[in-house]
Amino acid sequence: MNLLDSLGIALTALRANTLRSILTTLGIIIGVASVIVMVAVGTGARSEVDRQIASLGSNMLVVFPGSTRVGGRAGGAGTRLPLSERDLQALREKIPGVVAISGLLQGSGPVVYGNANWTTSFMGVHDQFNEVRDWPVIEGRGFTPNETKTAARVALVGKTVVDKVFNGGNPVGATIRVMNVPFQVVGVLDSKGQNSFGRDQDDVIMLPMSAARGRIVGRSKLVNDNVGNIHVKFDAGMDLAEAQALMENLLRQRRSIKPGAEDDFNVRNLSEFMRARTSALTTMGWLLAATSAISLIVGGIGIMNIMLVSVTERTREIGLRMAVGGRRRDILMQFLVEAVALCLLGGLIGVAIGVTTAAVVAMSAQWPILIAPNAILMALGAAALTGVVFGFFPARRAAHLNPIDALRTE
Amino acid sequence: MDPLTQTDPATSAVRPAQKRLIEARDVSKIYTVGEQTVRALDGVSLTIHLGEFVAIMGPSGSGKSTMMNLIGALDVPTGGAMELDGRNIATLSSDALADLRNRTIGFVFQQFNLLPRTSALRQVMLPLLYAHPRPADAEDMARHRLEQVGLKDRMDHYPSQLSGGQQQRVAIARALVNNPKLLLADEPTGALDSKTSEEIMALFCTLNTEGITVVVVTHEPDVAEYAKRRVLFRDGHVVEDIQQAGFMGRAAE
Repeated sequence: MNLLDSLGIALTALRANTLRSILTTLGIIIGVASVIVMVAVGTGARSEVDRQIASLGSNMLVVFPGSTRVGGRAGGAGTRLPLSERDLQALREKIPGVVAISGLLQGSGPVVYGNANWTTSFMGVHDQFNEVRDWPVIEGRGFTPNETKTAARVALVGKTVVDKVFNGGNPVGATIRVMNVPFQVVGVLDSKGQNSFGRDQDDVIMLPMSAARGRIVGRSKLVNDNVGNIHVKFDAGMDLAEAQALMENLLRQRRSIKPGAEDDFNVRNLSEFMRARTSALTTMGWLLAATSAISLIVGGIGIMNIMLVSVTERTREIGLRMAVGGRRRDILMQFLVEAVALCLLGGLIGVAIGVTTAAVVAMSAQWPILIAPNAILMALGAAALTGVVFGFFPARRAAHLNPIDALRTE
Repeated sequence: MDPLTQTDPATSAVRPAQKRLIEARDVSKIYTVGEQTVRALDGVSLTIHLGEFVAIMGPSGSGKSTMMNLIGALDVPTGGAMELDGRNIATLSSDALADLRNRTIGFVFQQFNLLPRTSALRQVMLPLLYAHPRPADAEDMARHRLEQVGLKDRMDHYPSQLSGGQQQRVAIARALVNNPKLLLADEPTGALDSKTSEEIMALFCTLNTEGITVVVVTHEPDVAEYAKRRVLFRDGHVVEDIQQAGFMGRAAE
């Protein structure tokens, strides 16, 4: 008797008790489905986080101005001494490994072109901002260093602004009014999609730092050359922790902070911050892994139970097979194949349910659907293994029946 | 008047020209049930040659079923020597016994023992699936045997679609498919009406005249009359072993 014969017998037996077979495999179905969902959600979420980290810009540190603290009451960020052009200049010159550096001032307000208008957010940036944030200009050109210094009235627009204000047409060369100040569009920004908080990053207009400060966002009361936050991109070989320490030292000196006193600024690695958020996802992944392991075990016990019932029900058949020449090994294989077939059947249903669930989750979370073929194979392998492990005892019992007793059973 | 011819048991077994298929020498089988020991067979010697048609009779508890299990290589004796087709079954492994059953014996049971949801053709092919080596033309062999038992038009039928007599014919075709030397039937007509029983027994007679050895275990005298030899068991002993005309002999009269 070969494997194919055994499989044929197994399928006939399973078809004879279709409902029972499906109910029996419920544990396996749940186990396999949760493996698939776990892997799909885990990898999907991770790739989404990676994408967001990439959209922030890689190898980047951000300096935020600190907040005041008066008698225990903390003010908002920027209520202390803002970061200035001179701070930025010092960082550029004195910190090793800096590839690109830019300030970032933010504001929002209306933009008008012809009879179209739209309220959007503004970013006052230096010419290297596009490089720091890996955010290229796909049409036209970026800012020149001179434009950032001289408050040139030029602008870069995001994809959403192009859609809303220019109806998707080519905006390069057009003059738009930003808070009633005319700017000429010189370039269109690459699309970045939503950020991790669901904000549309393409709904933006970039202006040269000095123009934004002078005309749109306004000057700080404390310095007349504030630059908001400072984004610094390092070359790939630079250790970001070391760079962070160097930057903190330099800024403390420049800002005359006494030893032991609190910093009035923060240097942050945003990628690290993003990665920390994935640890919650990892925990959820482990929970699902535990669920699937438990359901496979419970499912396996169900399989063992039903296989024992099957062996009892078919005792005469086993006796007959032995009488006509079936060896113990043949009987063992027959029942083992049946248990594995049962588990694989459950596994396939589980894969179908798992893939559907993962697709629904991915759709509602707007994550990319990532169902790795090897996750499916792994899940089916786990199901088959369950069949072998829990099918072995009933199969062995069948194989060791005494043919005379088996034939005599009613 | 009486078609049965009484023969001396001592001389009946001696037919040197024929090959011995079954040879039991002083065979005993002792079961232990709890504290009690049961002597199912107590020093039985019996020889059956190729081509014989033997009915094994006896009341329940006489040891006839135990003897059938030994002849069928389903069990091994606790004492004495039991040879089947020249091999001492007590020395064989369970795999070797399985192969011996597969090659040498075709079983027919009272309850037919057909597999549910399996076509007649597949039923008959079953022993061939367990054969070593496996014949390449298993399906043709099965078809041929089904034709031989008169079920040419029922090959694709399931047991539930067949009458009792037809089911038993399928079982007989299954028993014959591997060209065994011995057809071993346990109460083959026990579940059939008398007309169907006659047909089945006539089929056994035909098969016997074609050369196959037939051993029928039964408690029905009517059935035993078809055989050419009757062996009567009582309390674990052979108490009677006689040659008789058999069905073919009587038909010729």
